[in-house]
Amino acid sequence: MKQEATPVIEFDHVSKIYENGVVGLKDINLTIMPGEFVVVVGLSGAGKSTLMRAVNRLHDISQGDIRIDGESITKAKGKKLRQIRRKIGMIFQNFNLINRATVLRNVLTGRVGYYPTWKMLFGLFSPEDKQRAYQALQTVELADKVYTRADQLSGGQQQRVSIARALTQAPSLILADEPIASLDPETTRRVMDDLKRINQELGMTVLVNLHQVDLAQAYGSRIIGIRAGEKVFDGPVSEATSAVFDEIYNGAEAEG
Amino acid sequence: MEDLLPKQKLNWHKWALTAVMLVALVWSAFITDAHLGLFFTNFSQFTELFVEMAHVDWAYTGYTLEPMLQTIKMSIIGTLLGSALAFPYALLVSRNIVTNKVVVGVFRFILNIVRTIPDLMLAALFVAVVGIGPVAGIFALTIFTFGMVSKLFYEAIETIDPGPLEALRAAGGNRIEIIRFAVFPQIANYFVSYVLYAFEINVRASTVLGYMGAGGIGVYLQQALSMFRYDRVGVIVLVIFVVVLAIDYVSGKTREALL
Ligand SMILES: Nc1ncnc2c1ncn2[C@@H]1O[C@H](COP(=O)(O)OP(=O)(O)O)[C@@H](O)[C@H]1O
Ligand SMILES: [Mg+2]
Repeated sequence: MKQEATPVIEFDHVSKIYENGVVGLKDINLTIMPGEFVVVVGLSGAGKSTLMRAVNRLHDISQGDIRIDGESITKAKGKKLRQIRRKIGMIFQNFNLINRATVLRNVLTGRVGYYPTWKMLFGLFSPEDKQRAYQALQTVELADKVYTRADQLSGGQQQRVSIARALTQAPSLILADEPIASLDPETTRRVMDDLKRINQELGMTVLVNLHQVDLAQAYGSRIIGIRAGEKVFDGPVSEATSAVFDEIYNGAEAEG
Repeated sequence: MEDLLPKQKLNWHKWALTAVMLVALVWSAFITDAHLGLFFTNFSQFTELFVEMAHVDWAYTGYTLEPMLQTIKMSIIGTLLGSALAFPYALLVSRNIVTNKVVVGVFRFILNIVRTIPDLMLAALFVAVVGIGPVAGIFALTIFTFGMVSKLFYEAIETIDPGPLEALRAAGGNRIEIIRFAVFPQIANYFVSYVLYAFEINVRASTVLGYMGAGGIGVYLQQALSMFRYDRVGVIVLVIFVVVLAIDYVSGKTREALL
């Protein structure tokens, strides 16, 4: 038995400067352990998406190292990189579903990382994976929509399909980049509840970007505050007082 | 004090360019001796010809069917071959699929050069290379289709929603898997539609290609004209007219249903 668990995510002095000179991230150090539910908060443009896209390397970083389950994704290439990405499910603000495809087909694409390319060329998913996809749809209570075209669903339903897609990927970590930004309050709660349940019942680590303070407090167990690319707060939700949020959002002195 | 609406800056670049184009157009009309008058003096000859063509030699109709069929076959094969080449090529020159600017730049340059060659010139070229006959026509149509469909197609690819591509990449998909699941479903309809469109154009183009010795009904048209058999020319023109109209109609309806 291991004493010390390996962190799921480790940022080691990570900086990101975009090609046009904009500083996305500034010297970030971060350790996230298995099973955590972490909410990243900050103003629009603070660098939340940049941070998240650095984790699965949708964006390359300029300096530092990022490790996933102890392995450097910064140094990984080709197949190795894709194998690390396979362990990280991602949920987007705009769902990013294939509109013209069925819900089942969309959910199945979460499995691409597990197949050789030639099988995917012919769309040959195994019966076990189809069953797995169906189960994920049951988890988000959309089993009856399995053969519906994705663009015929409401926004909230589409986001739950994308959660099912991430689940089908069987990741150890789920990234959600403002998953509720384009949803109404009712569906917002459903989606956040789904994420909470995935975290508690399936034991997946969850990292969510939000910019609503109330949601961050209600769902997060740990809060990370980002301002202008810098980490300005990192601690349990109990320590994230309104003064702390003020500081994250306005840069105001605590208790000013 | 109230802020007044600022004046929009005069876009003199645009105006200058328009002026240059107009001058160039008039100038090119002068140096090529294009006179509207000439068109009207030859007009009487045109009506004469038309009257002769109106005495249609209906008995000749049966002889036109086989070459017309050959023309259609040439168009089908040329369209399919050209489109098959255009599909991977269009992906190669789409900026959202291939991020290497040099690769995209070089292959686009090649495509643009191919597209500047007129179809008649292609026919003449291939007649010289593979000899007189429909094979030359098929080659010409293949290249012509390739240029046209590649261009239409990469422009369609560049307008697709990047979201699904990102989702596939995040899930660990490689480039081919991204194309298969995120790009292809978004563009399949466009592709079929453009192939049909190319086919419509090719049927028309290939009727003329025979002129260069590239097979099909064009050969018969050329013979009839050189023998001054305007009664036969009338038949051939009518047959082409009917076939082109029918194909345009069917293909147009299909494309409407697709998009
Ligand atoms: N592709 C890009 N190129 C240049 N600058 C970018 C790019 N993406 C984001 N930025 C800039 O980086 C900063 C952080 O953006 P982002 O991470 O999207 O913020 P958030 O998700 O917190 O709203 C912003 O100033 C934004 O304008
Ligand atoms: Mg963002």
